[in-house]
Amino acid sequence: MKSGSLGSYIARRLLQTIPVILGVVIVNFLLLQLAPGDLATVLAGEAGGAPKEYIDQLRARFGHDQPVYVQLFNYMKNLLFLDLGYSFRQSAPVLELLLKRLGPTLLLMGSTLVVSLGLGILMGLLAALWVRTWKDHVISVVAIIVYATPLFWVGLMLVLVFSIWLDWFPTSGMEDVVAFHEGWARFVDIAHHLVLPTLTLSLFYLALYARLMRASMLEQRGLDYVITARAKGQTERKITTRHVFRNALLPVVTMAGVQTGGLLGGSVVVEAIFAWPGLGQLAYQSLFARDYNLLLGIFFMSAVLVVIVNLIVDVIYVFLDPRIRIG
Amino acid sequence: MTDIVLSIDHLKVALPAWSDRKFAVGGVSLEIRQKEILCIVGESGSGKSMMGKAILGLLPAPHVRAVGGKIMFEGRDLLELPDDDMRAIRCGRIAMIFQEPMTALNPLMKVGQQIEEVLEIHTRMTPLQRRERVLDLIRDVHLPEPGRMIASYPHQLSGGQRQRVVIAMALALEPALIIADEPTTALDVTTQAQILHLIKELQRAHGTAVLFITHDFGVVAEIADRVAVMRHGEVVEQGVATQVLRAPRADYTKALVAAVPGLKPRLQELDADSNVLLRVTNLEKTYRTSSGLFGGTVREVHAAKKINLELKRESSLALVGESGSGKSTLARCVIGLESVDSGLIEIDGERISGRTRAELRPFRKHVQMVFQDPYASLNPRQRVGDIIALGPMLNGVSREQAIAEARELLRLVGLKPDAVDRYPHEFSGGQRQRIGIARALAVKPKLIVADEPVSALDVSVQKQVLELLNDLRKSFGLSMLFITHDLRVAATVCEEIAIMQRGEIVERGATAEIFAAPSHPYTRSLFEAVPGREWISSLD
Repeated sequence: MKSGSLGSYIARRLLQTIPVILGVVIVNFLLLQLAPGDLATVLAGEAGGAPKEYIDQLRARFGHDQPVYVQLFNYMKNLLFLDLGYSFRQSAPVLELLLKRLGPTLLLMGSTLVVSLGLGILMGLLAALWVRTWKDHVISVVAIIVYATPLFWVGLMLVLVFSIWLDWFPTSGMEDVVAFHEGWARFVDIAHHLVLPTLTLSLFYLALYARLMRASMLEQRGLDYVITARAKGQTERKITTRHVFRNALLPVVTMAGVQTGGLLGGSVVVEAIFAWPGLGQLAYQSLFARDYNLLLGIFFMSAVLVVIVNLIVDVIYVFLDPRIRIG
Repeated sequence: MTDIVLSIDHLKVALPAWSDRKFAVGGVSLEIRQKEILCIVGESGSGKSMMGKAILGLLPAPHVRAVGGKIMFEGRDLLELPDDDMRAIRCGRIAMIFQEPMTALNPLMKVGQQIEEVLEIHTRMTPLQRRERVLDLIRDVHLPEPGRMIASYPHQLSGGQRQRVVIAMALALEPALIIADEPTTALDVTTQAQILHLIKELQRAHGTAVLFITHDFGVVAEIADRVAVMRHGEVVEQGVATQVLRAPRADYTKALVAAVPGLKPRLQELDADSNVLLRVTNLEKTYRTSSGLFGGTVREVHAAKKINLELKRESSLALVGESGSGKSTLARCVIGLESVDSGLIEIDGERISGRTRAELRPFRKHVQMVFQDPYASLNPRQRVGDIIALGPMLNGVSREQAIAEARELLRLVGLKPDAVDRYPHEFSGGQRQRIGIARALAVKPKLIVADEPVSALDVSVQKQVLELLNDLRKSFGLSMLFITHDLRVAATVCEEIAIMQRGEIVERGATAEIFAAPSHPYTRSLFEAVPGREWISSLD
């Protein structure tokens, strides 16, 4: 029974995210205050040392000489107008930097989601259909191995094998900048660059979803409604496609929603390995440069991203499961 | 012998090697004739469901399979039939109705589609014809608003309505035989009466043969033409219903019939001057489902509306009602597991309601609960002795003494004292319920709240547990609040009865008086719904 329209539900959910995101911003702001060193000391250090007066002068310019609560208040005030501050390190407004990097990250996340969910569900489905045969064992064992392998190691090995030994794919970057491809050629070029990062980031989730899907299929297959379908005279193939599959999908979708946050975390590592020009790589750089304005901006953007993805998953869930009431 | 629809000849169903028995069904021979309802009666583990499933080849292969005998239907042995032919028989010639209407339907598929699926598999009807037929079927099983019904999902229907949907599915192709596996066990009494009536009506109208599997002799008396009694995978007695019910020959059948709770209250009234132990005054409890941070209230359920109750010392009161009547909520309020909205609960003059958890702790030992599900209510990782001893130990008794008391309690509830060292899974359902009772008694409570303590048990076990409760109540001087949906059970243990409907007590009084002359229409409908009422009264 659906009460209220989907539109008002989404609007209400978006309203509810505001306190969540504010909380994330405040916690991150305070956490960064705990980190030793700041942008001024880093700049001074890179310049090979500087007198204390110069560092203080730098701090005053960045606004870091004021008490923490004033800094926080100013930051929050600016955030209201979507002013995320200025990155003194990169000499550009934070928002501009973020938007430039958002596209590649979304591309990487999107392709990873599609690959890991698509193949994971397929593998899990096949393993469940071939349950307790050698094919099932192969899928399950490979899934466990992949599941247990660290992300960075997978990335490095893929580079070693497919880029260096076989020379099938480029080692890093998102496109061949000196080739100046346009249109279709550029699309192919980016897709070519996308393969290894996507594969690296996908494998772990692929294994996770495959295992979950297999377990879910087997659980659903033992339920009463399946016996009902069999008693109707339905064929085993149709029982699987019509009845079991959709029911088995639900926990996988839930898990996929929960894992998108982790996906962002994983993309920091993958972007660092493959020099993928996304948010993760930017976060990595700004962390070492003590570029807190930029880092806070990235955290803010990530929080928004996770919240939106979760909302999308919940909306998908409403369509998948009629028992879920929105409202 | 042309009127025989199905004949089972020395059917053997083997269980997997790791189970405690070799055969679930060990050489059963039965015949089902046209236009008759054959009831298979038996307790859990008698093999009656396995036999039903074996007919349609629905046994959980490969572990459980038919290993011998024949099932002859329309000139063919169903056990030898290739898969494709078997599929054509399923629902086409032999249909099945299951026990659990809550889980028998696919939760993600509209009800209409699920009925239509049967027609899609077995006929060449056009979508339009199929839709017409589905609407007809829904009308046949007396479901309201067929147009809206086909577009509903299972969770939007009640248990009784879902069971009607399953019946509509079974009827779709006018099969020669319908196998009904405990189709009313999971339903309320009044719903059960309606479904039984429906099955009988449809069976008469279509001339279908019905193989009806049940554990309840009341249900047998209500609908059976012939009866077969099963025990340990074998038929111990079969014959015409009236003969088996009135003059059972086999000892096992006699014992089963004797275990059926009667409709005559056995207990006398207690003396009127004993004082009140539990008093409930104007109790109100409403459940609200709200939608998170900013949402308003979505749904309200009045679980208890101005409830007033009194329970005298050393007496017992039955709360009788169907699911959703609020009887369990009331019980949870009394033992302080649920907070009340308003009103007063007093035990021995002390206020229980409105206290915090910490404030309630000293009162916990006065009230104990016996739970419905003997499987889920005992911690599987604790020894029985520890389960029973924990309550006294929390109240300052030493472990040695608590365990010694536990051994004594186990003896009292009819188990061996050395059960203290064993784990719950080593016991049967009835034995576990005895452990649950011993656990409740361990802290020497004044009041026992028993929430459907026997509804998960077989009739014969049910009778033993009820008698045990009765004996203990007398020897310990306990009071008991007994929650049940079954008037017959209430009559055997309680001096007083309160009938609940939709959060209200509609009738209250001495058991004997209510049984003699129920005044509220709902109480009367409950009495009328008792399956096999006439037969049961004739037994007393």
